[in-house]
Amino acid sequence: MSSRNGAGAAVVIVGGGVTGLSAAWWLAREGVDTLVIEAAAAGWGASGRNGGGCSHHHSPLFREEQRLWPLMDELLGYPTEFQPNRIRIALDERQFALYRRALDNGARQGYRSEVLDPKQVRELVPLAGDNVFGGYFHHFGGHANPHRTLQAYACAMRDCGGRLLQHTRALGFDTRDNRVVGVRTSRGTFACDHIVIAAGPATGELASLLGVTVPLMSARAEMIVTEPLPLMSLGGVDGNGLYGRQTLRGNLAYGGGPHEWIDVADIENGRPYSTPLLASISRRLSELLPKAAHARVIRSWAGFIENTPDGRPVIDRPIAVENLTIATLSSVGFGVSPAAGRAIRDLVMTGTCSFADLSTLTLARFARLRTDWQTLQGWLPRAVCAGE
Amino acid sequence: MKSHAPIGRDRASVAGKQPPIDEETDLLIIGAGPAGISAALTAAAGGGVRVTLVDENPVPLKTMGEEVPLHFGGRMAATVGNRNAVLESVLRARPQLEEAIEAGIDVRLGTAAWGLFPQRRTAGWIDGHVAGLADEDRAYLLRFKQVIVAAGCRDMGVAFDGWQRPGVMGASAAYRLTSIYQALDSRTAVLVGGGTEALQIGNALADAGIRIAAVIEQAEAISGPAELLSRLVASGTRVFTRHIIQQTVGDLQGVAAVRVAPIDGEGNRLSDSLERIECDTVLLGIAAIPAIELIEAVGCAVSFQPARGGHVAVIDGLQRSSLPFLYVAGDCAGVWPSKTLSDNTARREGRIAAMAALRALGAKHDDTQEAPIAPDQVAGDVALERLEWVRAMTLRSAVVPFVCQCEEVTAADVLQLNPPRYLQWRGDASESWRLGAVDPEGTPHPDVVKRLTRAGMGPCQGRRCREQIAALVALGSGRALADIPLATYRPPVRPLRLAQLAVLPEAAAMGEGWESWFGIPSQWIPFWRLEPPYSAAESSAEEPVSGE
Repeated sequence: MSSRNGAGAAVVIVGGGVTGLSAAWWLAREGVDTLVIEAAAAGWGASGRNGGGCSHHHSPLFREEQRLWPLMDELLGYPTEFQPNRIRIALDERQFALYRRALDNGARQGYRSEVLDPKQVRELVPLAGDNVFGGYFHHFGGHANPHRTLQAYACAMRDCGGRLLQHTRALGFDTRDNRVVGVRTSRGTFACDHIVIAAGPATGELASLLGVTVPLMSARAEMIVTEPLPLMSLGGVDGNGLYGRQTLRGNLAYGGGPHEWIDVADIENGRPYSTPLLASISRRLSELLPKAAHARVIRSWAGFIENTPDGRPVIDRPIAVENLTIATLSSVGFGVSPAAGRAIRDLVMTGTCSFADLSTLTLARFARLRTDWQTLQGWLPRAVCAGE
Repeated sequence: MKSHAPIGRDRASVAGKQPPIDEETDLLIIGAGPAGISAALTAAAGGGVRVTLVDENPVPLKTMGEEVPLHFGGRMAATVGNRNAVLESVLRARPQLEEAIEAGIDVRLGTAAWGLFPQRRTAGWIDGHVAGLADEDRAYLLRFKQVIVAAGCRDMGVAFDGWQRPGVMGASAAYRLTSIYQALDSRTAVLVGGGTEALQIGNALADAGIRIAAVIEQAEAISGPAELLSRLVASGTRVFTRHIIQQTVGDLQGVAAVRVAPIDGEGNRLSDSLERIECDTVLLGIAAIPAIELIEAVGCAVSFQPARGGHVAVIDGLQRSSLPFLYVAGDCAGVWPSKTLSDNTARREGRIAAMAALRALGAKHDDTQEAPIAPDQVAGDVALERLEWVRAMTLRSAVVPFVCQCEEVTAADVLQLNPPRYLQWRGDASESWRLGAVDPEGTPHPDVVKRLTRAGMGPCQGRRCREQIAALVALGSGRALADIPLATYRPPVRPLRLAQLAVLPEAAAMGEGWESWFGIPSQWIPFWRLEPPYSAAESSAEEPVSGE
């Protein structure tokens, strides 16, 4: 692919979240002239508002996710705060049974886990209490700092000659003979040889401008952060319905619980608001880590996240447009981003992923999707439920 | 809905899980200073309206120790631990509270407001508007129809060598401890800043028997009223213009003295011969910052308004914010000299806000029109003065003080976006990783600085460093302070223990589907077991599923 001068790039990526920035970095590493267009600031959406977990054993990208994370600081040249391994604590038999899936899925792919009894959990997790039923120690997965990782992708991409244009909104596309030849934005038109749409909740609407249907619904979810506590030997501890971690600074950063479906058009100033749900998250965190019950919650945040009807990612080159790649990670994007970005690079450059079978992530699986899928699944914003 | 298709149920959605809320009021007023009390009495006089007035004083000692809500600098006398004594002291200091109680107003002292949560289209699961409140033991929700925020102000921090020592505190924190708690542990203080607010507080403290040894001002002249300055001078206060505090000298109790240095008009230190001034307290009175955390966190339109002392809500002549249920009054609506010198302006703001709220409630109200409140025409440039303080005190400091004490972040760390110390990152950051490079198209955003350096992310919730960071970002990028975006505030705007929040009642259904992230079974089926395509007709699965 050729490099071009002026207002354009060989590859234009719409969306400066982890997925788009990782893809841009992978492409720039190959010397591909790459431009990322982001409506707000890098990672302003869900990419900068998640638990930082890196253990997606159900995904075809899992092996690559696990291979890459321990290498990322060195590959990027900037810190991600990646920490390996994970403990998941069950407070009752039901949770213990539910959480076993990670052990089974990991084992099938050659990754080791151990079952922990309550005493072992308490030895490994000093903040755990007498209410532990059992747990799992996974010798895979882990967590990283989303903010730092995002900035690391952006800077590493720049170091390889890629460009990131923030506060620039994609408005439409110029097409010729089934090809996208330019992206119209709030800062002018950028010519391109290939276009990647990785725009989170906006992905569906942007794709529809090209006649490609990406069925998506978006929702709001919330997290909380406490003041720093003494570091546990392993920060990757969650369970009791929560995801999250103790950060390297010592804060407990956890989320979980119910989501709220929203209409993307209703988002005010791009800002997701948190709600009293933060108290319900606090309750479950004080059950998970009772010895931290005195810790003070000093912040909360919310984010908007998109989901496909079956909750699985789309990483695909739809046949309707010759030079288009679509990527939505369907509410689980941060952890797999090193692998997802590499997969997107492969799709852009060669049309197929060189390291994983992505056949379960194509748009074609929705060919027979019922038009009333949102209603059938109860994925409706409150205003719609109330008949407003 | 026109469609008659059956609506499926999403067990993992928050719909239908709203918490039980048994307390309700028509008008909630946050802050029982002059503006809040005046608003409450006005509203109660209308009759037939339920009025709830909350005030966080007395603040728990532990919270004060975290420099919340003000920078108390460890100068709380031991009596602060005696809650009953402090309560009595609060009531004595604000006799109108008795009047409010007699007027049938539901007065709740020791009650902090940590968030306002209106029902909105993207956060609509709780009906109506609710406020998150907390006393020492528990957090709870109160439903309200209208709210007046009269949350006062706090002090701008500025870093210098030794400002972490006990005894360095906000000027209004000292005033609060003196006037409401009768518990300021100080004998001799040095006042930093010569504006009206600082001099007013200096005089009040002098009246309370605290010796004000000196006033330090970086500018050429003292900008506050001459009469207030001469009262201080008459009591023995020395005045140092074009000076800054170079450092504090400490002993076991904290500050024992300060060394002051002369500067030139560019903020450069002129001489190494430093004068030593004995004192046990340093009062930071550089700027009174309107306390907008609740207002901003709920999404009111906010802008930098120099005549009102910085970022405040955008309001109309009826004290109405951009949100139809929220009014502001008192110092949190803006601080300016004549308002500082007399409570009358704050009281009038409270009355105007209460009348507007009564009108919105459809309640009986006095229809006499109060003239809208306008701030004084300011002579100086508030924004420039703040930049000059930060430049002279912090940037030109010989040592490298932590601007953010909680997270130990220096001015250089902010300007260079250095990763936090705990990472011990030895990588050679490239030019890509610089304040200007991270977001070259936009104005550098303190939220980005926060995310990368952790400045402002500690337990004091950025109260001591927020304005300094904005000033550093302005200085580092060569932009005007007014152009630097405001870092967002997030609930809880007071630090709350997990255990305190955990007792907030929740619906029995809250636990249903909690485990499941989005509750989509197919999301977690391992890829080797999947059988696409997917039509949604099969999605009635009720089997439990857990997320990752």
